[in-house]
Amino acid sequence: MIQRFFQIIGQAFIKALESVGDLVLFCSKAITSCFYPPFYPRLLIRQILEIGFYSLPVVGLTAIFTGMVLALQSYTGFARQGFEAAIPSVVVVSITRELGPVLAGLMVAGRVGAAIAAEIGTMRVTEQIDALVTLSTNPIKYLVVPRIMAGFIALPLLVLVADIIGVLGGYIVSVYKLDFNSISYVTNTLNFLVTIDVISGLVKAAFFGLIITLMGCYYGYYSKGGAQGVGSATTKAVVASSILILTFNYFLTEAFFSI
Amino acid sequence: MTAIIPKISIKNLHKSFGNKKVLDGVNLDIMAGDSVVIIGGSGSGKSVLLKCILGLVTPDSGSIMIDGQEMIGASLLIRQKMLTKIGMLFQGSALFDSLKVWENVAFTLLLRDKKSKNDAKEQAIRNLEMVGLGVQIADLSPAELSGGMQKRVALARAIASKPDIIFFDEPTTGLDPIMSDVINNLIIKVVQKIGATALSITHDLISARKIANRIVMLYQGKLIWSGKTQEIDQSGNMYVEQFIHGRAEGPIQMPIRILS
Repeated sequence: MIQRFFQIIGQAFIKALESVGDLVLFCSKAITSCFYPPFYPRLLIRQILEIGFYSLPVVGLTAIFTGMVLALQSYTGFARQGFEAAIPSVVVVSITRELGPVLAGLMVAGRVGAAIAAEIGTMRVTEQIDALVTLSTNPIKYLVVPRIMAGFIALPLLVLVADIIGVLGGYIVSVYKLDFNSISYVTNTLNFLVTIDVISGLVKAAFFGLIITLMGCYYGYYSKGGAQGVGSATTKAVVASSILILTFNYFLTEAFFSI
Repeated sequence: MTAIIPKISIKNLHKSFGNKKVLDGVNLDIMAGDSVVIIGGSGSGKSVLLKCILGLVTPDSGSIMIDGQEMIGASLLIRQKMLTKIGMLFQGSALFDSLKVWENVAFTLLLRDKKSKNDAKEQAIRNLEMVGLGVQIADLSPAELSGGMQKRVALARAIASKPDIIFFDEPTTGLDPIMSDVINNLIIKVVQKIGATALSITHDLISARKIANRIVMLYQGKLIWSGKTQEIDQSGNMYVEQFIHGRAEGPIQMPIRILS
């Protein structure tokens, strides 16, 4: 009985280690493949549009409502202490350092990570990836590299837009609902904002872009078992990238602001 | 006198998945210009053998030589160079659904041979005409075509780079008898036209008799019979006899469970 228990635990542990090993090997192969030819610039541009441009509406909406809610909630708390003047700084720091990159990352993980896993997974189960190999095309270079490069490039651009829209959301609520002075709100925002706030958010976004696309590609690439396998790969890609985004967010924040 | 090197030479090939032995010491030589068909029931190891030759599955042991070049353990560069000589028609066609029909056919022309878009499209249309498809389908998406048309587009893609060797994986599966015959005729025509060596796997005996000049049979991962197409009816092999007559009774037992 005890032996069987340890056997199950051991098997699960070995399987988990194997999965981590596979993932690390896949990621290192994908990232090193970014640095040698052949390159497919047209595929890269298409993926930047797919990941960046077409995610703008969902990320923009998330950012504006987050900025609006943040201003409203901050006011509720700070008004009791008489710190209403801190609202512009709270909004801009929260958006640029944390909420912009994290919320944009999570929204893109749901939209793009799932789509990548489903597309590559379907290509796997319908032998399209095997067909690429027989057409002497490296599937990692053709399918994975353009996506991870596009994620790495597009996410910081998306987050930059999200930062602006998020701060605008805070401004709208503060000026039109909470009766803040428009000029002093903008002045306070600009005075309080420092370059590292924005840079740290953009660096996080680049990491998140890499995580989302790598997870989508990895789970899609190794999916099996038809429609069910593709569905399962899609779910795993979104869950894994969401968890990794939140985990890496902590470590990156610590790396930037621990001192 | 120098010995003729087979186009494809497979020696003592083994492959297992877990405890299941799928290929159990397969030996097969295919000479240039041959059209060989491998027959066998489902799960006999036909697809795995084809995938081993293509490098999509790594065998446990044995040797696979193409034009005298060992492929097992070969570098990626050698393997990719060898794949430029090979065309493959997949069972489910495996057309890229993100690309138009002509882009599928011209895939290697655009990506590998770096041809201009216009030249590649012209050649793709010529290849489509070779398999009996008109220019009007060139700009359609593969999803807009019937199964038979998709097979023909896949055939046009397989021959686009004028390969030395073409593999056909169940070329007539899922097609009606007339479309199957159309595909068989096309296979014969294009293989003769480009002078390629062909290796097909199928369990469609009508197709095998039509496209092969040699048939081999796989059973439980072993090559149990090999002979000229016209010899198959007098093979004297109980397994072959049962398979070609499609009898449930015989040495080949299907793993079925009778419900009480």
